[in-house]
Amino acid sequence: MAIIDLANPTRFLNIVNRALPWLAVATVLVFVFGLTRILNSPDDYQQGATVKIMYLHVPAAWLSMMCWGVMSLAALGTLVWKHPLADVSGKAAAPIGAAFTFICLVTGSLWGRPTWGTYWVWDARLTSMLVLFLLYLGVLALYWTVEDPGRGSRAAAILALVGAINIPIIKFSVEYWNTLHQPASLFRKGGSAIDPSILLPLLVMATGFTLLFFTLHLAAMRNEILRRRVRAMRLIQAQELAEARA
Amino acid sequence: MIVGRNGAGKSSLLRMIAGLICISAGRLELTGGEVDITLPEQTHYLGHLDALKPSLSVRENLRFWADYLGDSGSAIESALAVVDMVPLADLPAAYLSAGQRRRLSIARLVAVPRPLWLLDEPTSALDVSSQDRLAGLMRHHLAGGGIILAATHGPIGLENARELRMGPL
Amino acid sequence: MSAFISLLVRDMRIAVRVGGGALMGALFFLIVVTMMPFAIGPDLGLLARIGPAILWLGALLASLLALDRLFANDHDDGSLDLLMMGRMPLELTVAAKAIAHWLTTGLPLVLIAPVLGLMLNVEMHAMVWVALTLLAGTPALTFIGLIGAALAVTLRRGGLLLAVLVLPLTVPVLIFGVAAANAAIVGPAPFGPPFTILCALSLASLVLGPVAAAAALRAGQE
Repeated sequence: MAIIDLANPTRFLNIVNRALPWLAVATVLVFVFGLTRILNSPDDYQQGATVKIMYLHVPAAWLSMMCWGVMSLAALGTLVWKHPLADVSGKAAAPIGAAFTFICLVTGSLWGRPTWGTYWVWDARLTSMLVLFLLYLGVLALYWTVEDPGRGSRAAAILALVGAINIPIIKFSVEYWNTLHQPASLFRKGGSAIDPSILLPLLVMATGFTLLFFTLHLAAMRNEILRRRVRAMRLIQAQELAEARA
Repeated sequence: MIVGRNGAGKSSLLRMIAGLICISAGRLELTGGEVDITLPEQTHYLGHLDALKPSLSVRENLRFWADYLGDSGSAIESALAVVDMVPLADLPAAYLSAGQRRRLSIARLVAVPRPLWLLDEPTSALDVSSQDRLAGLMRHHLAGGGIILAATHGPIGLENARELRMGPL
Repeated sequence: MSAFISLLVRDMRIAVRVGGGALMGALFFLIVVTMMPFAIGPDLGLLARIGPAILWLGALLASLLALDRLFANDHDDGSLDLLMMGRMPLELTVAAKAIAHWLTTGLPLVLIAPVLGLMLNVEMHAMVWVALTLLAGTPALTFIGLIGAALAVTLRRGGLLLAVLVLPLTVPVLIFGVAAANAAIVGPAPFGPPFTILCALSLASLVLGPVAAAAALRAGQE
């Protein structure tokens, strides 16, 4: 089944309606499995149990970047290939990505309190995440505050692509900035080398987060399609009223 | 001539042809036009706004559009003479009246030759003698093989014009 | 005159005649740099240490505020419509406007930066280097800001949206600009690497900015 087959919104909705319950169940199962593995995983010799925030923090970081990748693909679909559902996909992905970035920032901050003694520290990764969060907010502003969904989506698509080019540069520059200003070696996240007893729960959680993303993404796309149908029906209704009156 | 009530979509149609509004379906084709340049590049659009910079003089405004839209060396002076703006040529555009601004915009159409003219209510703000002058320019353009699409509420002085009526019947 | 030159000259002529542009940007720069010590304190040692950062922040904010006008005037009087119907590719059109904008608002910032450096107790020999980083970096700020200006004007939103869109993208320019300026003043880090990266960012934005801005203008058509 090619991508173009999914171009028909009705057919897409049918597929989503059938697939979504399975995805939701799979997500829940993976999360349950992951949480049990986390409970059994070892504590860090320095931080104790607080290191387990990592199992939320790191996958959230990975997902926030993957989500921007999905938005960029959707942006290419909107601007270059003019796929009908591409802008719906981008608009659905943006808030989810922003939420993952926010989770990453908050969990990072909560992790920092017991380990660094402060809620915020300007280390390279948290700072890059913060800038990424600001970029997400910019994209959300374009999607949500523009009355005409078509123009807002196209503008947001451009910003998504510009961001896709810029985000590696921003990360590189923030790492550079961080090494300039804090030459002393910092606390290494995740403790020492990645032991399998830590790696496995991490990957399981990452899989769970990914499934969660796809579940939420498809559900959000469905909502957006329905929302646009309502809007179109309202417009037709208003036109008919105007013509009847004339 | 494109006629219809307010809100029927006359301006939007002109803007679509000018390339200023995205078309979601359908195709535009100019028969007899140049094939290797786009439609907007062969079109003059005279809309509700005049595209004049108040801090530049009349001549500087016209010279800029002539250089930007056409080739350098376009006939600025003769275009100004045709719309009878030569005495005002060094005046900053801020001091022009609405009718004079319209005439300056029309001079832009004269200075740079392009086959398709899209005119959105061209006679608004023009007095009777200017309207006659515009009608003469339009006849000259048509005689030279050009096309004019004019959205208008009333007659603009062109006989034998085909009519496109927009809106509910 | 070619279309590119005529647009460049027109924009510069307007900026000079209307008068507000270049002087207003420089004035805002001056005011921001003046406000900083009120917030930070008059300790000359501290000001000297963070002087390059203050100058760069002031230049960033002054550039940002001026970007609002880049397309707004043309959009409001209908010129933008006609600019998009010219023979020149839209990318070159917006590039011409951006160059004119930088010459009339970015360059004055670079020129008055040494004077402001005096107020911040930055040593004179270092000021030359700081001004050099501003010279290399302000084009990047203008060309990246071009993208935000194009997005904001077609959506008819004001300066705040512009700032929200543009500021995160300018983070690398700010980081490397201040790093280069600090390296010149304090040492021991070498001036070369951050400065060349800054120049690379400016050159890259010379291409990326107009391409994205032209796409934004086209995408913003109804």
